[in-house]
Amino acid sequence: MDAAALVASLQQAVPDATLETTATVDLHPTMYVSRDHLVPVARALRDGAGLDFSLLAELTAADYWPREPRFEVVYVLVSLQHKSRLRIKVRLAGSDAHVATVSGVWPSANWLEREVWDLFGIAFDGHPDPRRLLMPEDWEGFPLRKDSPVQIRRPPHTTEPLQVTAEEFRQNVERDRLSRDQQ
Amino acid sequence: MPEIRSEIMTVNMGPQHPSTHGVLRLVLELDGEQVLSASPTIGYLHTGIEKTAEQKKWQQVIPLVERMDYLSAQSNSMAFCMSVERLLGADVAVPDRVKNIRILLAELQRINSHLVWLGTHGMEVGAVSVMLYCFRERELLLNINEMIAGFRLFPSYMRVGGLREDLPRGFHDAVRAFLDRMPGKLDEYEDLLTKNEIYLKRTQGVGVISKDDAIAWSLVGPIARAAGVDYDVRKVFPYLGYETYDFDVPTQTAGDVYARYKVRVAEIRESMKICRQALDRITPRGEYAIADPKITPPPKDRVYTEMEALIQHFLIYSQGFTVPAGEAYVPVEGPRGEQGFYVVSDGTNRPWRIKSRAPSLLACQALERLIVGGLIADVIAVIGSIDVVMGDVDR
Repeated sequence: MDAAALVASLQQAVPDATLETTATVDLHPTMYVSRDHLVPVARALRDGAGLDFSLLAELTAADYWPREPRFEVVYVLVSLQHKSRLRIKVRLAGSDAHVATVSGVWPSANWLEREVWDLFGIAFDGHPDPRRLLMPEDWEGFPLRKDSPVQIRRPPHTTEPLQVTAEEFRQNVERDRLSRDQQ
Repeated sequence: MPEIRSEIMTVNMGPQHPSTHGVLRLVLELDGEQVLSASPTIGYLHTGIEKTAEQKKWQQVIPLVERMDYLSAQSNSMAFCMSVERLLGADVAVPDRVKNIRILLAELQRINSHLVWLGTHGMEVGAVSVMLYCFRERELLLNINEMIAGFRLFPSYMRVGGLREDLPRGFHDAVRAFLDRMPGKLDEYEDLLTKNEIYLKRTQGVGVISKDDAIAWSLVGPIARAAGVDYDVRKVFPYLGYETYDFDVPTQTAGDVYARYKVRVAEIRESMKICRQALDRITPRGEYAIADPKITPPPKDRVYTEMEALIQHFLIYSQGFTVPAGEAYVPVEGPRGEQGFYVVSDGTNRPWRIKSRAPSLLACQALERLIVGGLIADVIAVIGSIDVVMGDVDR
């Protein structure tokens, strides 16, 4: 299915969505999807007759700072049935960097979206587990943003002392000893 | 007799654990020997390669990407080079000889990776001798790497536009010697495992994933093919002329650890078939890169004797080359399934953004589904069978 037919078919499924095809040099026809209609479009791509993009091959983002809208979230889809590939993208402004999660459509988006949140600070609304994935949990900032410095000198955060106080520690030891003695 | 105290136990498996293949940490909740829940924690090996690559010139990225998935170095660099060549529009000009050499090296890399997998996986389920045998044969492949590039693990032999230099003398003999030796040795490994009662008990029906789940969780490569997903990039979206080679894509339907073992062993045999065909097509001497002086550095003997070649050499190694603005993602079939690099260029001599599609990351994500409900001893067998490389997961 070529890009024009694909857009027509999608437009029928989701009439409100703005779909905008763009030139591409590789074997992925590419289109921009309006942010508010991402999930219905994703669902139509997965379930639509003749589309069947059941495999989410890749989900990532790119930061085009200082251009606005600065972020693009990129989804690479594969249809195993029709042996075709597709790339859809969503533009996001730097001041309003959030988009709905597609983990309800493709479960594998879970970690991929966590990685994008971790490295770019793009929030995914409705994500089941919105935590950092790769960076330490107490990391400040989003390293793959273009305005994030390459080299940072900072005191290490992660070498915090023991999580229990000395008093709690002694109590734990005592409790264990008592329970052993009872046996 | 005192009453037996039973409670649910939380166990940290890893990050320092020999059977978690690097620094994977699993927080397991155990009821006796049964796994109630598992949450993988990753990121211990995150080295920010994608950020580093944005500071480097295009050809300087190649050694970096080889270190991501350190068991499939040549597949990584090949995927990266192919994406950049697509942006340059140079892939149509790549000589057939280079394509065949790339196919040969990628398949040798697949055998190499599967040998490490078979060795470590075998050892983890108790077949220690398999590890020694596999590493013995892998040594021959590392020797071939040393021969072509002087570096055994990360040869950096793939370059944008072709290869770093021509094949060394004796390359054909070394590869042929390996290909003659390997089938008999593979039969020996199979004798040790395929019908081994203990191995069957440890692997059959363990870590099962269904075909639909494999697709939903974006599993590709041997894990998906063991569950019946007939998806191999080499067949479905052929590149480098794989469509002219005669090979099969082995699949299984059981989706358990044993099926993954069967698929990978069969893949080694298919790869050897491809290697033989490729070796017959490769002439010992010939073109090894595209003839574009802006991208390919001149041969060293010309640099020493000709002014123009010296200038060209100097320009490429000091300024690099520019790549037209745009984005490209060329998928290839690595040892762990579809991999590739999403590459964005802004028209300068440095990448704007590179992103590796990491099959290990998705395999790691699906790990929870594979081990919950099983026994703690099976966790080891399952981690081994999905063949995660933490360098690829964390990047």
